[in-house]
Parts: sequence; structure tokens; C-alpha cells
Amino acid sequence: MPTRTAYEGKVEYLQILDENGVLDEKLAKDTLADEDVRELYQYMVKCRAVDETAFKLQRAKRMGTYPQNKGQEAAAIGSGFAAKRGVDWLVPCYRENAALWMHGLPMHYVFMYWMGDERGSQIPEGVNVLPLCVPIGTHMLHATGMAWAFKMRKEPRVCLTYFGDGATSEGDFHEAMNFASTFQVPCVFICQNNQWAISVPREQQMNSATVAQKALAYDMPTVQVDGNDLFAVYKASRDAIERARAGGGPAFIEAVTYRLADHTTADDARRYRDAEEVDAWMAKDPLIRLKKYLVGKGLWDDAKQAALDELAKQTATDVVKAAEGVPAPGAEDIFDYTYATMSRELEVQKATMRTHSLGQRPEQAGLSAQREHA
Amino acid sequence: MPRTEAMTKQGLTLVDAINEALYQEMERDERVICLGEDVGLNGGVFRVTEGLQKVFGPDRVIDTPLAESGIMGTAIGLAMAGMRPVPEIQFEGFLGPAYDQLVNHAARYRGRSRGAVTVPMTVRVPWGGGIHAPELHSDSPEAIYAHTPGLKVVIPSTPYDAKGLLIASIRDPDPVVFFEPKRVYRSHREAIPEELYEIPLGQAKVIAEGTDLTVISWGACVHTCNEAMDHFPEDVSVELIDLRTISPLDIDAIVQSVEKTGRCVIVHEAPKTAGFGAEIATIIQEHCFLNLKAPVQRVAGFDTMVPYYKLESQYLPDSKRVEEAVMQCLAY
Repeated sequence: MPTRTAYEGKVEYLQILDENGVLDEKLAKDTLADEDVRELYQYMVKCRAVDETAFKLQRAKRMGTYPQNKGQEAAAIGSGFAAKRGVDWLVPCYRENAALWMHGLPMHYVFMYWMGDERGSQIPEGVNVLPLCVPIGTHMLHATGMAWAFKMRKEPRVCLTYFGDGATSEGDFHEAMNFASTFQVPCVFICQNNQWAISVPREQQMNSATVAQKALAYDMPTVQVDGNDLFAVYKASRDAIERARAGGGPAFIEAVTYRLADHTTADDARRYRDAEEVDAWMAKDPLIRLKKYLVGKGLWDDAKQAALDELAKQTATDVVKAAEGVPAPGAEDIFDYTYATMSRELEVQKATMRTHSLGQRPEQAGLSAQREHA
Repeated sequence: MPRTEAMTKQGLTLVDAINEALYQEMERDERVICLGEDVGLNGGVFRVTEGLQKVFGPDRVIDTPLAESGIMGTAIGLAMAGMRPVPEIQFEGFLGPAYDQLVNHAARYRGRSRGAVTVPMTVRVPWGGGIHAPELHSDSPEAIYAHTPGLKVVIPSTPYDAKGLLIASIRDPDPVVFFEPKRVYRSHREAIPEELYEIPLGQAKVIAEGTDLTVISWGACVHTCNEAMDHFPEDVSVELIDLRTISPLDIDAIVQSVEKTGRCVIVHEAPKTAGFGAEIATIIQEHCFLNLKAPVQRVAGFDTMVPYYKLESQYLPDSKRVEEAVMQCLAY
């Protein structure tokens, strides 16, 4: 029987700024201008400070469980910067705060959310960001559906959706990839491969050599990038976003990064991973290499750093103040927002939530009981 | 689709009525789209979406990959982005893979975002037994979804109600699960208005007025109850209520009727234990305790799986069982 190759695929790896802060000038061409890099570095430092502050708040019992974003800032910022604010949509899980803030979500909303207040997910009008999504791997279908709507209405918008390496084991991930590819919707899938799904390492999560190759099954353009390299993430994201905007369909980006902190504040990663591994990745921290690059180019110095550290501290303080300054939510909220219009039964439950009475008819609940209007 | 001569003469079946509602809503509002397995070229396995793709094109009547969670999840995204999707899950037994999307996402988005993100979609699902279908094609899971805050659950029993309720569901700002009783998809014809009309969700219908006992049902079982009505002694006056929507529930219709009759029999296909009848019985004892002359009775499916079709008729409530329960309740 003659045989032939029915399909052949390959996954390219992109790195532009290495961990020593050395830039590949050729690959960096037409990516980020010096001014952009300096701005984004300062932003990254602020995001890190805010993230560390959230951790401290949790330890001080002023915040509930919080998943730190530490170490993954380049993946969020590089991709977020490539998307158009107010045009494109971001559909997150919970480890890309920096991208959401960049697109207009007030920083303290994320704090409110992890402080147990759903109003942190009451995304302000005009901010094209969906609420954080805690169940793993389910929201990429929503991003696909949204992108599909943009395509149907011929709007030049793109959806970016973020998820981790563990999420690519979920069935919904594959359904989202298949729908996005089948209908060629403008959705960019950004996998932040941070090596750990709580305690299960990537190697135990899948037998695939890369996460990026999963997109080959859906004939989707795919690339693996150094996720701690702002330039590489930006370039891959920009190319994918603009191709999608031009009608070129979905794309996949695997950003290879590392979760420098515990899974959440309720986790202790020392139980399952070696200090050596963490230390090795500490050296690859996106902040360190970006600073090295800027200093090397004469764009940054110690005085600027000191001023920035002060500013970042102030930003974090302001965020805490804003989040803790929000008055406590009213219990009526849980009734008012279950449906657009409350059912009669919900009205009764709302009116009697603290004064249970036999029967709980509207009239007993002190409601104007006009049955014919129920 | 536009009416045929036969429909004009003989009336519309429940399938015709749903098809007409979809056709007219899609014509009226370009945000309305249908998506699901085999709904396009094939017109759906029950032909409910027959002809729609030809009129509205494959971008509005969409044959999707065979993936229920994918259908539900992308429909959520479409709805959040301003469309009015009407996804079809081919049989109620296949809601399982879509459960997470429906219950953990569609139902919760409004509440968890305090109204910032909403999911106006209508999930159409052929539902219930009685058509000699393969395994897992005959269940009645309505109580699961009525137990999910944020969802509405609608179950028409007649062509007239099916059209008006579907139009109201599509226009509703919240996610609606629209269960279609497949046993009566084509069993009855009815002359119904050709123009668009809405039946508000949450309003039961009194099918027959009576004074001695209230029978409450929904879906195909309403027809079973109607059949039983013909066999009661002439001096027995039974009130028959079709709930039409179980979430939101028309509590007032139930209470008003049972306050009057003092006796109630609830009839549904789903398993008895923790079926929606249990909720109704509780509401009755909460509100009509002093009016009751007999314990509330339930005629329901058994607490077993729905058997494959050789035993299906043994499982489904029939008019004899309804008759028996009514007579016992009256004699109490």
C-alpha cells in the first residue's frame, strides 16, 4: 500500500528578549518602541506591587482567597497592549489582572471581587472586559461566542481569552477551539502555561510536548513564545489579533511562563515543588530582564527606579483604600439581580428574609397584595 | 415558515407553531439566530426548524459541531455580545454535557455581575417520553432547571401556547429553558393567530373550571389529564390547570384554585421524589393548610430510570392513574 503524509505540523518558538535582557534586534523590529517599553515596564512594576499587596491583605485577613499573578505580568501586558482598548474584548480567567486594568477595569474592582463582593464584577459601561471566571476552562466558549457575534455583525473587533495549561485538559477548551476554527471567528486563545495546575505539573497534565500543538488539530495558527518576554508576547499577540481582525480567523498563543507564587493564598506550593525550580524561574522574572534591557539602553537608572517604587507603593495603597472604602453591599442585591424582573416569590423572600412568617403570602410580607397583578 | 394551505384549513401542530414563531421572530429581529445539531439543512431531527435556513441563510440558522457544551457556551457568548440566540439541544438527555454552561454560567451572569452582563437566550429542548425513542431520549428534567435561580423554565402543551410562550421567551432578557413535549409535537392541531403574540411567562392557564378538586399539570401530561376528565362521574367538578411555566411559577393560580376546591392532584412525567410536584404540594400546604380536605396527591413517573420503550407506557402516567388518584382524593 502506498502511503503519503496526510498532515504535517510544526510549532515555532519565539523569544526576542532573553533572560539576560539581551534583545534580538532583528526580531524586535517594528514591535515595541523604547517609549512603549519604558511605559510598560513602569506599569508592570505597579501591577506587581498591587499583586503583592493583595497577598499581604489576605494574610492580614482583609481579603479572602487570592490567586497571585506574580511572574506572569509580561504575558498579560504584552497581549493586552496589542489589543485595542474599547474595541476588542478580554475574556479572562484570573491570572491576567494587568491586561484587564490596562483595558480600563479599575484596579480596585479586582480587590473588591476577592474581598467577596460581586460588585467587583459589575464591569463599568465601556470597559470591554468580562468578569473573572473561576471554573477552569469554561469561559473560552463565551469568548468564541462573542467573537462569533462580531463576525456576524461585521464589526472589526477581536476577543482575547486567557487560560492556563491545566484548562487545556478540559473538554470545553476543545469545543471552543473547534467552534472558533470551524466558524473562523476572530478569537485569540492565550494559554499562560505557568507549568502548574495547582499541584499537578504540566508534564503530568498532558503527554503533548507543547501546549501550542493542540491548536494544530484545529488548523489554527499557533506559536509558542517566551511568556516572560514582553516583546515576544506582544509580537505574537499583535500578529494574531490583526490577522483575526482582518478576517483571518482564530489563533493560539502558548506563553511559557511560571507561577512564582502559590496557586492561591490557600495553597502551599512547597508541598509539591522544589525550591530550586522556583529559584531558576525567579531568575527569568519578566521584570528583571526588562529592567536590564532598559538600563542597558540608557533608558533607566536607579533614581528612576526609586521614584517608580515609591509610585507603585502609592498605587497599591490607593487601590486598597478604594476597595475598602466601598460601602458594604446591601442584601437586597441578591434578589434584585437574579432576573431582570423579580418574580412574586422573590419579592416575598426579599421582604421577609429576616422575618419568616407562616405562609409568606405577599400580604403577610407587607407587600401590596394584588393577586391579579402578580 | 409561511403557512401552507393545509395549516390554514386544519390548524397548526405544536411543531408548526414553534416553527412559525421562530420564522416570525427571525424576520422581525435580525439578532435572533438558531444554532444546534442538524437544525440547518436538515431542519432539525423533529423538523422544528424546517425551511428556516433556506430563508435566513446558514449564518442565522447554523449547523454546529456535535458538542452540546459548545452550543450552550457559544450561545452564552453570542447573547452577551448582543445577539438573541435560540440554541437547540437535540434531546433533553443531552443537556448533561451543557449543564455546566447553563447552570454555572448562563444562570449566574446577571447576578454575579450585578446586571452588567446578561444572557438573553432561549434554549429549545425536545423533552419527555412517549415516542418510542432510543435510550436517554425520554427524560423530564425540568425540576433541575426550576431549581436553578436565574433560569426560567417554560413548558407549553398546545400549539397556541407554544407560539406565544416561545415569542415571549425569545424577547425575555434572561435565559429561558423551553421544553417542548415531543409526545404532542404532532398529535393535535389548533387554529392559532397568524400574527405575533406573546403569552407572559409565569401565568398558568385554567383549562377547565371546577369546584371539587384541582388537577395541576404541564406539558404532554396536560393531555393525559384532559383524557381523564372525560371519565369522571358527572357530579364531579374538576378544575384543570396547565402551569405552562414552572419558573417563574404562578403561585396565585394554584392557591386560588385549591382554596376553592380543597383537594389537589399533581400530574407529571418526571420521577416522583423531588419532582416539581413536591414543590407545588409544599406551596399548597404553606398557603392552603386550612382549606385542605385531603392530602395532596401526586401522579408521577417512578423513581427509576425511564425504561426503554417496551416498558415506557408502564412508566408514564396515563389517564387511568390520574382517574384513580382523583377518585381516591375525592373519597378521602
